[in-house]
Amino acid sequence: MAIANVNPTRMELTRLKKRLVTARRGHKLLKDKRDELMKQFLEVVRENKALRESVESRLGEVYDNFLIASAIMSRQVLEQSLMFPKYRAEVDIKTKNIMSVNVPVFETDENKSDLYSYGFYGTSQELDTSVNRLSGLLPDLLRLAEKEKSAQLLAVEIEKTRRRVNALEYVMIPQFEDKIKFIKMKLDENERSSTIRLMKVKDMMIQEARAK
Amino acid sequence: MYRIGIIGDRESVLCFKAVGFDVSDTTEYEEARLALENFASKNYAIIYVTEQIAKMLESEIEMYKESPTPAIIVIPNNRGSDGMGMRAIIKSVERAVGADILFKDE
Repeated sequence: MAIANVNPTRMELTRLKKRLVTARRGHKLLKDKRDELMKQFLEVVRENKALRESVESRLGEVYDNFLIASAIMSRQVLEQSLMFPKYRAEVDIKTKNIMSVNVPVFETDENKSDLYSYGFYGTSQELDTSVNRLSGLLPDLLRLAEKEKSAQLLAVEIEKTRRRVNALEYVMIPQFEDKIKFIKMKLDENERSSTIRLMKVKDMMIQEARAK
Repeated sequence: MYRIGIIGDRESVLCFKAVGFDVSDTTEYEEARLALENFASKNYAIIYVTEQIAKMLESEIEMYKESPTPAIIVIPNNRGSDGMGMRAIIKSVERAVGADILFKDE
């Protein structure tokens, strides 16, 4: 690797050695973080996949029932009966910390005894079924949202961590090692040349003494 | 408390009114985009979007992927699913792992 202007001094050498130690430690920590994140991520993603499969098929049933209901009832009546829902769906967001990634946990209070926002007159049974099923699906819909968001956030974090690990492993650490080696060689070289110089001077002094 | 919103075509999302979601029914790009922006700027925790709308708003949805709220979740509409939701999962797996390791055998 190319070594871009390093001062071959002892001070620089100590500085680089310190940085190398830090980089190695950081690399190890980040690698551990990445491995653990990956473990958590795979767990979340598996759950996410299973949830999505079940939610999608159950949602299909709800749609089927609703479709029949809308075929039986007139559009106006249907819209009227759903115009004023009894309650608004509200969730509380708590956060859970997975390896310093804050993922949301959605919580909702479930005291929904009476679902139907309409009277029984003029509405069809299929509408009841679909509303009932949909409200049964609600907790799973929330959990799906929770898991999917967690998976997305974890994926972003893993990507970042992996980049850092790779940058340290393949760029920073080799660079430090090369620089340290370069400085050491330069310093040794200087030392040898000064020894040689001393020997030469000594020789010259001896010869001078003999000539006298 | 946070709210839940849903965007999609009328026939698919109308029944969500019964469980108290805030419904925005549209099939137009511009309207859907405004609805999404509107939901996202208020305190909505989750926004469900039908696949059909999600396809139109792909870049907008991508923007919210890295922020903790709102969670934008793709659901099938009443014509069934074409697997877009699953593809989103695969995408995040690929992003994290670098390859699709969960679904490749299917």
